[in-house]
Amino acid sequence: MPVKTGTTSPLHSEAASQMPAAAIPHRARPAAPSVIEFRGVEKRYDVGAIGLDQATFSIGRGEWAFLVGSTGSGKSTIMRLLIKELEPTAGTIRVAGKDLSEIARKRVPYYRRNIGVVFQDFKLLPNRTVYDNVAYALQVTGGTRKEIRAKVPDILRLTGLSTKLHNYPDQLSGGEQQRVAIARAFVNHPPLLLADEPTGNLDPETSIGIMQLLYRINRAGTTVLIATHDNAMVDKMRRRVIELSQGRIVRDEATGAYVRDESTREFAIRMRDGLPESPPTVEKP
Amino acid sequence: MKLGFFTREASRALRRNAAPSFAALATVLLTMLVVGVFIPIVQATTGAANDVRKRVLVDVYLVRDATQSDIARVRAQLLDTANVKRVEFVSKQDAYQQQRKKDPEAFALLGENPLPDTFRVTPENPDDVLKIASALAPEAAGGGRTPIDRAIDEVRTRRDDTSKILQVTRFVKLMAGTLAFLLIAASIFLIANTIRLSLYARRREVEVMKLVGATDWFIRWPFVIEGVIVGALGTLLAILLLAVGKIAIIDPLASDFSLISAPETMPFTVLIAVMLASGIAISAVGSAVSLRRFLRV
Repeated sequence: MPVKTGTTSPLHSEAASQMPAAAIPHRARPAAPSVIEFRGVEKRYDVGAIGLDQATFSIGRGEWAFLVGSTGSGKSTIMRLLIKELEPTAGTIRVAGKDLSEIARKRVPYYRRNIGVVFQDFKLLPNRTVYDNVAYALQVTGGTRKEIRAKVPDILRLTGLSTKLHNYPDQLSGGEQQRVAIARAFVNHPPLLLADEPTGNLDPETSIGIMQLLYRINRAGTTVLIATHDNAMVDKMRRRVIELSQGRIVRDEATGAYVRDESTREFAIRMRDGLPESPPTVEKP
Repeated sequence: MKLGFFTREASRALRRNAAPSFAALATVLLTMLVVGVFIPIVQATTGAANDVRKRVLVDVYLVRDATQSDIARVRAQLLDTANVKRVEFVSKQDAYQQQRKKDPEAFALLGENPLPDTFRVTPENPDDVLKIASALAPEAAGGGRTPIDRAIDEVRTRRDDTSKILQVTRFVKLMAGTLAFLLIAASIFLIANTIRLSLYARRREVEVMKLVGATDWFIRWPFVIEGVIVGALGTLLAILLLAVGKIAIIDPLASDFSLISAPETMPFTVLIAVMLASGIAISAVGSAVSLRRFLRV
């Protein structure tokens, strides 16, 4: 690969495809233990609105799933239930086999450390640099300075932010800010990554970059659940789609051919296919 | 210990939120300045009131022909009475000397000493004067009073003076106490409110910290340390100003005005310690408590 070493290499390195081949069928196997399990989950808000109505589904280890539906259909409710920001009115939610209702309020922070979260509005700490934003996630878990110095540059290289270490969030573009958010979500290598409209504020080309990054994380074995209303993106990805409407699950299926074994670069090429303004070259850092 | 990390976080927050931090600092400075001026004033006032109350006495006049043994017996009885703090004996000769100094001509006319031996009884508490009086001379059925000893001629309380003094000083003390309470309540409210404002500006930051999995205390400690720093700085500045004021204005006047040099005012060092402790405590606790609302995510 002498043609494209250097700047773009971190993103397009073969690290992902070096994943043991055996791991790939494993994570796609339907019988894989579920990371997320909703059973008859119901959420009613105080004002009487229905957030979620009898939702039952499960997502296996290493799986990639989309939550789609119009605004107010319950996507964000599922996300907020999963990080235990909300409590369900009825039903049980299990994450990695653990019933969320059994987690005491005091233990919630420790539970959240096992879940990476990415939001539409990035939710970065505005008065910290890129480096410090990512480092904070490690400091929270009691990471030593040595550990932080080792891990943070690594993850920032993976997300293509090596040159922006000392910038503040407001000095970055939307795509870059989202990359910082993903770096922060993934720096602890959580087994589960939730993304609520991660590309909602971004243009199509930047969105593909973000999806590519999430795909890379998924290929490393992390379960990824993405709420989105970007239907074009969902169609192209050809992954499992759970569609919600007014709090009910109305569709749960894998759309199209489930392309499981695809390198990150092949993935990107396929995603760009049909995108009129996209250049055929790889993404600029 | 993560103290280093928390302190660094606190100082970073102070630097990057200079305006709200300065507002909190100024609030602490001003309230502490007022408190620092007010505490000595309250103390001097109550001290002066207490001084006046000390003048409330019970006079026990003995019969003209009381003997030495009578005097000794009455003294023992007085000391035995409840609520009595001190008994002072004024012999008829001493009384005569004193009175003659005041009005030599009148006493020259009298020729001999008309005054009786007297005990001045100081009560434990000025409010007990009347109790002592009735203990020494219980009210008889007919309305008059009969002293408990035949050597006692009369027990007097200077009733009018006493009740006036007691009323006025009680009012003064009550006023001072109320004002002090209101002032302290207002300072706590003001400081807590300023801190809450500066926290409100950072509630999103707290929200993000919670999402990343920070425990409540991990988020709270930097804010508490920030409160301690702001409280300490504000109070130190207030103390500095007070010290300047004390040296420049109060000390030169102290010799001329008894109110300022009232002995019951606490020493300046104690005042400083009290102010510093309360300034830091209020700011730190205020930070921690104000944060509660934003931690519920």
